Amino acid sequence: MTRIDRKFAALKAEGKKAFVAYVMAGDPDPATSLDLVRRMPAAGVDVIELGLPFTDPMADGPTIQLAGQRALEQGMTLEKTLQMVRDFRQGDDETPIVLMGYYNPIHSRGVDRFLAEASEAGIDGLIVVDLPPEEDDELCLPAQKAGLNFIRLATPTTDDKRLPRVLENTSGFVYYVSITGITGAAEAQASDVAPEVARIKSATDLPVVVGFGVKTPATAQAIAGVADGTVVGSAIVAEIGAGKPVSEVLELIRGLAEGAHRA
Amino acid sequence: MPNEHVNSFMNGPDEKGRFGIFGGRFVSETLMPLILELEEQYERAKTDKDFWAEMDDLWTHYVGRPSPLYFAERLTEHLGGAKIYLKRDELNHTGAHKINNVLGQIILARRMGKTRIIAETGAGQHGVATATVCAKFGLKCVVYMGAHDVERQKPNVFRMRLLGAEVIPVTSGRGTLKDAMNDALRDWVTNVRDTFYCIGTVAGPHPYPAMVRDFQAIIGQEAKRQMQEAEGRLPDTIIAAIGGGSNAMGLFYPFLDDKSVRIIGVEAGGKGVNEKMEHCASLTGGRPGVLHGNRTYLLQDDDGQILEGFSISAGLDYPGIGPEHAWLHDIGRAEYVSITDKEALEAFTLCCEQEGIIPALEPSHALAHVMKIAPDLPRDHLICMNMCGRGDKDIFTVAKHLGFDME
Repeated sequence: MTRIDRKFAALKAEGKKAFVAYVMAGDPDPATSLDLVRRMPAAGVDVIELGLPFTDPMADGPTIQLAGQRALEQGMTLEKTLQMVRDFRQGDDETPIVLMGYYNPIHSRGVDRFLAEASEAGIDGLIVVDLPPEEDDELCLPAQKAGLNFIRLATPTTDDKRLPRVLENTSGFVYYVSITGITGAAEAQASDVAPEVARIKSATDLPVVVGFGVKTPATAQAIAGVADGTVVGSAIVAEIGAGKPVSEVLELIRGLAEGAHRA
Repeated sequence: MPNEHVNSFMNGPDEKGRFGIFGGRFVSETLMPLILELEEQYERAKTDKDFWAEMDDLWTHYVGRPSPLYFAERLTEHLGGAKIYLKRDELNHTGAHKINNVLGQIILARRMGKTRIIAETGAGQHGVATATVCAKFGLKCVVYMGAHDVERQKPNVFRMRLLGAEVIPVTSGRGTLKDAMNDALRDWVTNVRDTFYCIGTVAGPHPYPAMVRDFQAIIGQEAKRQMQEAEGRLPDTIIAAIGGGSNAMGLFYPFLDDKSVRIIGVEAGGKGVNEKMEHCASLTGGRPGVLHGNRTYLLQDDDGQILEGFSISAGLDYPGIGPEHAWLHDIGRAEYVSITDKEALEAFTLCCEQEGIIPALEPSHALAHVMKIAPDLPRDHLICMNMCGRGDKDIFTVAKHLGFDME
């Protein structure tokens, strides 16, 4: 059982929906980023999704692209991202951390070495956007073997025929992408999402969390209401990009978390 | 088990879209069903004689194929060694080899009921070819082009707009081909229902590398036949320039099992293949990684971050290379070398003066390597070089480097 499994079990026992918040590791600089992440659980964040900076984030919109560029300009690397998680774990051994990013930095480090380091640092799960089930041998299966959850994205184009394949080696939770598109794009609609979540839930016992296009406390509430939780990324990252101090970013996060938890 | 194909280099990719360890399908889940559908449609088209009949008709009457195989007599005399033939794909409609592939993909798109075509472009040749074929078939066309390339390839930008395409300058990254491809993928993931992504090179997720190769293989098939007619035998050396590698793969593929034929790919060496990485020579200066849907050699730093390439030629300015080239490199079936900007410019000038052909900067790289090796080869050694594009689009860049004021 990973921290992710324990967290979702605890939330379920409380009858609460999960609030997942995404920030880019090292944005706007490594020290501020660590400070922010450390204070996120107290602001109501149940699961931290930590972005791993990459030069070519093909599934991300401009907001997260710029966050990655800021982090890279500040010298952020995979090595430093792992160190950031170790530092976080000094004061928090409970809040799950999911590393979200693209395959090449992991490929470059070497899968076995990365998995050993990620487990040791206190990472609980991985979301790697450019690894579909067809490439499960690359990282998904080794990650599960190393005790990490591998969280897969299901999307509006994942039809019934394909869904079992997508769910087969998924663990921790299923991340349903509410729209066809990139992060930070159109507003998600609960009425579109509800039947899709129901479809996925009929095929798996895993929690289903919905992200992409969730920007306000009201949307967070509406979307969490039809799923097991919701993810907000770009709306938070945009505030960081606008140069807001950590306290203000946390205010926004608190509002979003309250929205999700009201559901 | 005896198998006539056991020793063939022409069987790739495998069912996972791999050439050895290279290739694959490294895309987001949203795109995965689209790629599988494309693969299914392509597999069907490949053996459908109606599909190829339509291609042949358009190749003949719209593109102007076959392109000539031309004996470059003065260049041969000037270099004083091997006998140099140029495969004249720069004479195709739209001025480069790119249209060979675009026709195939657009016919497929029409069969799949797609009404909107997107493409990435570097030098603009693939963008122009896509805009052209879309105009011919009345399809909506959107071309992503790095802002830096929009600046250095103005004539092609204007041509695309004349042809009715929407050209979107891409400002992310350094504004070159890699960034254009990122934005094209972002468009595709957003407009999955009606949009077909027409990739311009032998890269991207499976089935693109194989499909684009198969559409470009007409170059090598013709060259083989034409060399037979001209000299009664196979060429000894075939040479082509490589950015992503589609013109090269098109020339090389039909010769892969002809073991006597030496195969040379020429990458863009920019200011020189050195630790400063001011080049685009993925095979000579990169290492394996995953980008844009496939595993291949990439220019990247120690952290796996992709590096921006550098080349005078917008068409070669890409930090990766098609996965089949990566495989041919690793197994040693083809050799890969690099040529600097300066050497390419010298070849450009020489070709204009000796043959009355203004080459594009991309094949000028291949020609520069011909200039290096031809003098030391015997006079009966046959070289076939792919003159994959014409240089009209490059005159502004070349003028600047030669000190002419065109303004």
